[in-house]
Amino acid sequence: MSADHADHAHHEPTFIEKYVFPTDHKFIATQYLVTGLCMALIGGFFSFAFRMQLAWPGSDIPVFGHMSPAEYNAAITNHGTIMIFWVAMPVLIAAFGNFLIPLMIGADDMAFPRLNRLSYQVFLISAIVIVASLFVPGGGFGGAWTAYPPLSAEAVYNLTPLGSSMWLTAVALEFVAFLIGGINFIVTAMNARAPGMKWDYVPMVVWMICIASILFMGSVGPLVAGAVMLLFDQTLNTGFYDPTRGGDPILWQHLFWFFGHPEVYVVLLPATGIVAEIITTFSRKKLFGYQLILFTAIGTGVLSFFVWAHHQFVAGIDPRMANIFTITTVLISIPIAEMLFLFIATLYKGSIEFTTPMLWALGFIFCFLIGGVTGIPLGASGSDIYLHDSYFVIAHFHYTFFPIAFIGSFAGITYWFPKWFGRMMNATVGKLHFWLTFIGFNGIFMPLFVVGLAGQHRRIYNYEHFPDLSTPDLQMLRIMATCSLLLLLASQTLFIWNFFYSMWFGKKAPANPWNANTLEWTVQSPPPHGNFGPDFPTVYRGPYEYSAPGRDSDFWPQSEPS
Amino acid sequence: MAFKPLANTRSATGVSTGKLALYWLLCSEIVIFGGVLAGYLMHRLAHPEWAFQSMHTNTAAGATNTFILLTSSLFAVLAHDAAEMGDGKKAAKWLLGTVGGGVLFLCVKGLEWSNEIAHGYTITSSTFWSFYYTAAGVHASHVIGGCIVMLFVAKDCWQGRDLHRVEFIGLYWHFVDIVWIFLFPLLYIAK
Amino acid sequence: MATANTESHEYHSHASLYVKIWAVLLVLLVISVLGPMLEIPALTLITAFGIAIVKASLVVKFFMHLDLEPKFIWYILTVSLSFMALFFFAVAPDVMNHEGTNWDNVAAKAAVERGMEAGDPAQHHAEGGAEHGGGAHDEAAGGEEGGH
Repeated sequence: MSADHADHAHHEPTFIEKYVFPTDHKFIATQYLVTGLCMALIGGFFSFAFRMQLAWPGSDIPVFGHMSPAEYNAAITNHGTIMIFWVAMPVLIAAFGNFLIPLMIGADDMAFPRLNRLSYQVFLISAIVIVASLFVPGGGFGGAWTAYPPLSAEAVYNLTPLGSSMWLTAVALEFVAFLIGGINFIVTAMNARAPGMKWDYVPMVVWMICIASILFMGSVGPLVAGAVMLLFDQTLNTGFYDPTRGGDPILWQHLFWFFGHPEVYVVLLPATGIVAEIITTFSRKKLFGYQLILFTAIGTGVLSFFVWAHHQFVAGIDPRMANIFTITTVLISIPIAEMLFLFIATLYKGSIEFTTPMLWALGFIFCFLIGGVTGIPLGASGSDIYLHDSYFVIAHFHYTFFPIAFIGSFAGITYWFPKWFGRMMNATVGKLHFWLTFIGFNGIFMPLFVVGLAGQHRRIYNYEHFPDLSTPDLQMLRIMATCSLLLLLASQTLFIWNFFYSMWFGKKAPANPWNANTLEWTVQSPPPHGNFGPDFPTVYRGPYEYSAPGRDSDFWPQSEPS
Repeated sequence: MAFKPLANTRSATGVSTGKLALYWLLCSEIVIFGGVLAGYLMHRLAHPEWAFQSMHTNTAAGATNTFILLTSSLFAVLAHDAAEMGDGKKAAKWLLGTVGGGVLFLCVKGLEWSNEIAHGYTITSSTFWSFYYTAAGVHASHVIGGCIVMLFVAKDCWQGRDLHRVEFIGLYWHFVDIVWIFLFPLLYIAK
Repeated sequence: MATANTESHEYHSHASLYVKIWAVLLVLLVISVLGPMLEIPALTLITAFGIAIVKASLVVKFFMHLDLEPKFIWYILTVSLSFMALFFFAVAPDVMNHEGTNWDNVAAKAAVERGMEAGDPAQHHAEGGAEHGGGAHDEAAGGEEGGH
């Protein structure tokens, strides 16, 4: 292929083009990042409110006021929905995907910049709709993020006719935004790679985001269909999920979880990709088993389509079906565990630098391992009969989701901030933020494993109504969890300060502050419009050639000719 | 006309970027329609009493619409043929014919539905009809979307620009046709 | 690279082939419409769906030229289709059955019975059941012993 250089006119965009109708992938990435982080504040506020209610039932919660049972339900529902769809996905997939993919594959932008802009616009509308749903008469939807009918289908049960439909519409719009965005990412990564970038020279995070987009695309379709049917049940009084009228509520469960399970891998894979980039850079070592990790990710993705009914073990499914899904669920823990072991093998005998991103990456491995291991008793149908719908489940999925959504995001943000915004973040504040977050997070969810094992079921507004569960010991654990949450939330102010202060007053960042190999570090910080200027890179080697034998330097950028 | 980034014109896979994107789009549409149709099929097989409802679907209208869509697919591929020959104006004319077919499809469907509703077969009168209107409605919304995009492509073609897009919108249209090829027997023949 | 994929050799029109395929499609359409008139259920299914598969294959091969694309395009489409098959075959047993070893879907069975008794709505000028809204809920999943 002859030398690629941009013979397309890359005029400098006007103000309107740059900020109101952007097509530059880096700016769109920033839009997703900021929106996602703002939504995290909302999701976090809900967790503050409901945990205060749980620790001190009936009290007057600061800023929130008294919490009614309906408000409690709306808080837990929207906390979960917002954190998954409007925080984890936009930050991990859309923000990092948009920012990194063109840079890391040596392209000037996404394959379809205007479609990229459209996907953000649809996403923004969905965010506005979900926030608006909290303020309409009746309040926000309170039927849990799983939205099972008939609760979610009939206003006479959920008491939030407007809120329910708006919630559903917001989720559907978010799906559309990520379908469009996903196609953009996949096509760009497949087609727009720089000359010389073979499939096994592609940085792991790019692979992971693409595989995640494919997983999302394959699993969300039936749920889109199901959401349309639920919306009709809510608004047109159809009977898709009403057994007395020929429908079936269990169909919704299947439609939802057929998506819901692959969805967790949709958010997990990008986080592991980010961790892979960071641990290689800061152990100055090659990624151990690149191809193995890749095939593991693909295999996990495929297998994730065969495990969904472990969410339905006690919903009345055939026990023989439960047997099958137990086997597949326990099986799927193997490739993920193996992936983490490969990460540990990467670290082994490496020259570890404990920078802030590295702390986050190590924290991810530690916390996610706990999350994964605690999934086993849930994946086995026998033990799940007791543990289903208990706080054990909540602790398990927070030990997976929090590392994914927050630890992974902080790892990525602290690592790429210099490239993204052209300034270095404050390392001391960053490390303090890490430790306080880490301690706070573990302080919340360790006690919740205990209360879960003690039999505390979830989605309950006030345990004082349950004599067996309102013992002083259990209440003490609840209070401990809430106090840890307060610590966690308070320490995020450190991050907020660091993020904004560094953006304007941080030390100016060089092109390659971490001495890393991938292509984004060969351009200035932040990269100019068009990324690589008139001459695009050619790639000569893989992304993890650190400490290559016989070389003076301990890193070997991908585009360096020799 | 916005510039095309280099990312758009490279092709490490050998398939053009636009075509690759379109096939991924079709993958996502397969699972969406698959969800609707799988849901319908499961229920239909479990509810033999729906036969009393489904016997009232208008087979003649369905068959007419199948004929219309097949013909519009022919027009779409003839448009592609013309585009390959470099004849933008001819391609645009065939595309307009395709759009015309789409509009005719929607008109026939509109008449069909109003007739059925007048006889009391509304979206809530039985869950069979709920599935019927939803499945055909989701399909119809894709027909509408396709027509709109096709008009833009036709406009560009007429001016001799971006002829490669004729193939892409054609592929989308053939997909919409194929979905109907399966919807037709499901809703009108094997009732 | 993004331009027409047949520019390496002279392109001549395939219009007549397309028209022929269209004619075949129409013949198939006619057969599938006539099929049910013979009133043999198995034959109806074969003509209806078998022909649908044939028609779809013709469109895919001759109109979409899928056989000219690289194999991986075919793979991603088949994978999507197989996910749909997976979804249907894994979920259908749950949704389609109205009774099992230890359970009965009372509401669904009642709905089927009601529908069979009511028969053809056109004959009874029945309203089709739009009014049953509130009354049907009392027989749905008896609240007292509901599963959760």
